[in-house]
Amino acid sequence: MEDKLVIQGIEFRSRLWVGTGKYKDFEETKRAIEASGADVVTVAVRRTNITDRNTENLLDYIDPKLYKILPNTAGCYTVEDALRYSRLAREAGVSDLIKLEVIGDDKTLFPDVIGLLEATEILAKEGFIVLPYTNDDPIMAKRLVDAGASAVMPLAAPIGSGLGIRNPYNMKLILEQATVPVIVDAGVGTASDVAVAMELGCDAVLLNTAIAGAKDPIAMAAAMKHGVIAGRLAYKAGRIPKKLYATASSPFDGML
Amino acid sequence: MKLTINGKVTDSIRAATVQELLDELKIAPVRVAVEVNLTVVRKAEYETFRIHDGDTIEIVNFVAGGSRQCRVLVVSISI
Repeated sequence: MEDKLVIQGIEFRSRLWVGTGKYKDFEETKRAIEASGADVVTVAVRRTNITDRNTENLLDYIDPKLYKILPNTAGCYTVEDALRYSRLAREAGVSDLIKLEVIGDDKTLFPDVIGLLEATEILAKEGFIVLPYTNDDPIMAKRLVDAGASAVMPLAAPIGSGLGIRNPYNMKLILEQATVPVIVDAGVGTASDVAVAMELGCDAVLLNTAIAGAKDPIAMAAAMKHGVIAGRLAYKAGRIPKKLYATASSPFDGML
Repeated sequence: MKLTINGKVTDSIRAATVQELLDELKIAPVRVAVEVNLTVVRKAEYETFRIHDGDTIEIVNFVAGGSRQCRVLVVSISI
């Protein structure tokens, strides 16, 4: 049986999801996404340039027929704004998927979980497939699921920080109780960070800066792809327990 | 007719409906969403949804962006 991620009946080819920010240009964005093997691409919702219609559009490079476009509510600091952006995103796009962000603070970009919970509940009732960006807090993860979230997206570390999973114990607790997919969102820095997330049992990883900010984004995108695959395989394979002392691999029988 | 479109006041628009407005602005409806006075207009209603003097209109589309374009803040962290 294929090991596919499914959320609300939607099948995903890849367990690596990527953002589109901070690239040099759309051509680099396109090549990095291709190298990552991701089929989910996150985008923001912003005003259309109505005076200069010749500006290039991201979707000229990222074909919505080939990729699942996941709009986010990045930059929203209130429930009202998050709801407004979500509703516009649904009308601009083709699906009910929304990566819900209600940001609490400019410096950490940590979520305002109280606002997030409120917005999750409202949008889920409106038929959205809500994927909330949340803290690595097991209780909040549970509350979000109770409020109608279709997956939870706990951060590994602050957005763009590249610190990797700061609290693997909390992540384990979130995973242990999860009744929906758990997708690590933000804060990973390199391929080993995503491998760790996947080895813990996370269902997918969403990242942006770790690829876009690398010296060679295309090569890092490929590294991330393999990191996710390796981590997932290791998780499924079941690792050996960690022990303090050595265990010989070679037999003693037959020694001289 | 005075309209506020994407934060800019204009009186040069002749369109009577959302569809006509998009045509006049040469915007393909497929990839945008339109909000009139804080209400999202469904694509199916573009032809019939009328625009009135004083309306505040937002036209949005998808742009590149992960989780907010963070300022690059270089802080060395020893772990």
